[in-house]
Amino acid sequence: MTAIRLPAPAEVAAAVAEAHRREWAFVLAATVRVTRDLDLAEECVQDAYAGALSAWPASGIPARTGAWLTTAARNRALDLLRRDQTARRHLPLLLDDPTLPGPESALDAPDIPDDRLRLIFTCCHPGLAVEAQVALTLRLLCGLTTAEVARAFLVSEATMAARITRAKKKIATARIPYRVPSAADLPTRVEAVLTVVHLLYTTGHTAPSGTGLMRADLVQRSLDLARMLRELLPRDAGVAALLALILLTDARSGGRTDDSGRQILLADQDRSLWDRHAIIEGTHLVREALRSRPPSRYALMAAIAAVHSEAPSWEATDWAELVGLYDHLLATWPSPVVALNRAVAVGFAHGPLAGLLAVDELSAEPQLARYAYLAVARAEFLERLGRTVEARLAFTEALMLTENETERSFLADRLAALPH
Amino acid sequence: MARYLILIHGDEQADESATQADFDALMAAHNAFSAKHGPAILGGEALQSTKTATSIRSDGTITDGPFAEVKEALGGYYLVQAADLDEAIAIAKDCPAPNGGVEVRPIMEFE
Repeated sequence: MTAIRLPAPAEVAAAVAEAHRREWAFVLAATVRVTRDLDLAEECVQDAYAGALSAWPASGIPARTGAWLTTAARNRALDLLRRDQTARRHLPLLLDDPTLPGPESALDAPDIPDDRLRLIFTCCHPGLAVEAQVALTLRLLCGLTTAEVARAFLVSEATMAARITRAKKKIATARIPYRVPSAADLPTRVEAVLTVVHLLYTTGHTAPSGTGLMRADLVQRSLDLARMLRELLPRDAGVAALLALILLTDARSGGRTDDSGRQILLADQDRSLWDRHAIIEGTHLVREALRSRPPSRYALMAAIAAVHSEAPSWEATDWAELVGLYDHLLATWPSPVVALNRAVAVGFAHGPLAGLLAVDELSAEPQLARYAYLAVARAEFLERLGRTVEARLAFTEALMLTENETERSFLADRLAALPH
Repeated sequence: MARYLILIHGDEQADESATQADFDALMAAHNAFSAKHGPAILGGEALQSTKTATSIRSDGTITDGPFAEVKEALGGYYLVQAADLDEAIAIAKDCPAPNGGVEVRPIMEFE
């Protein structure tokens, strides 16, 4: 008999933490099939993770942690359900697909079915408010606590708890099904899921005010979710595009700020700090996403990010290509912010005067009236044209419209560096 | 199976300016809806305009007009049965509501 090397407590803790990040959605989704009640399933999955912490030091870390945790959570659920049949029925049970084998038989199956898609489509159902979809996604798919979700969205824990409870109650009462949508509904429902993941990414990427670790965690969570979607919907061009967009934008995060946390403009970034592996993977996915016609919004945004990521320097960037991509994006997704980005690209493709004229054409847009980046773009082109007095005014205006501390200190530096 | 009420909301001013042809088209649309979803439809009625409404408050006060003044007033309803919200939404999407839209509400069931 060979002696089993038992894991050290730190190894167990690391394995449980890793399983929490990677397997939470799988374990919860499979457990919901047994409980048909989200709260009870969450409780059982939490118990399973706690059980792993106490069981694995003696039994060793299982080869398939997800399967171990799922079996533990489902057994716990069956136990609780047998013990009190009625007490927990305060909400109607979730509906799943009656054509599939029931949970009891699924437990005996060698492989636990992957129910994550059901959970994703339930969390991101269009019958729920977008902020509820986002909260449920973080809570149920990423396993964040209510306190963590509240911190990420700068609301009180009580507010977030009420939001999550209300959403769960609507799922049960209005009978939002625990099911993958029909083929006819799938494209619009996938779009809703992509919106949630993209919103998580942008919230993490550009914290509107203040800073915090939670925001960096949101970026990681959105990347994990995009990877999960890619695994579950490998042929969906929109999913490929969103994963590409997150990879390509996040690949540059190493160059975005200096050692003291100050923002560095894309033009001045040290491109050797960019994540080449992420850029290669993202570029590959963009090509795949662009093969689907017409290209989705995310595919065009990712293609724009790819042009920047592949350019050896700011000066050597293919600005004409960028103007063309922004034209396509404006046609499919008309938005003043996209128009502003296009104007900036025009400025670098055809010179600062062309850029200034394009930016000024947008100054009457009500949506851009308090948008700091418009003032920044004006300041940039005015400075390049040597119109220092006007550039100073524009930088000052941008500073008044910016709340993010890192961006504020960047603008203050630019203002101070203008010739007197 | 669950029951849902599909509430049809619409702009009454638009209804007032409707021609006979508009009315005929709307009736044809409702007939087509009923034909398509017949087995799921448990009932449904169209309502007279809110100009004919009388409201009675909890204190017994009687007033002329609807309970709440809204631009897009309740103009009719269907009671339908569906397996879940997705099925109810699929039915509701077919429901004619030319000058507004529909709201889907689950019926509270008492066992």
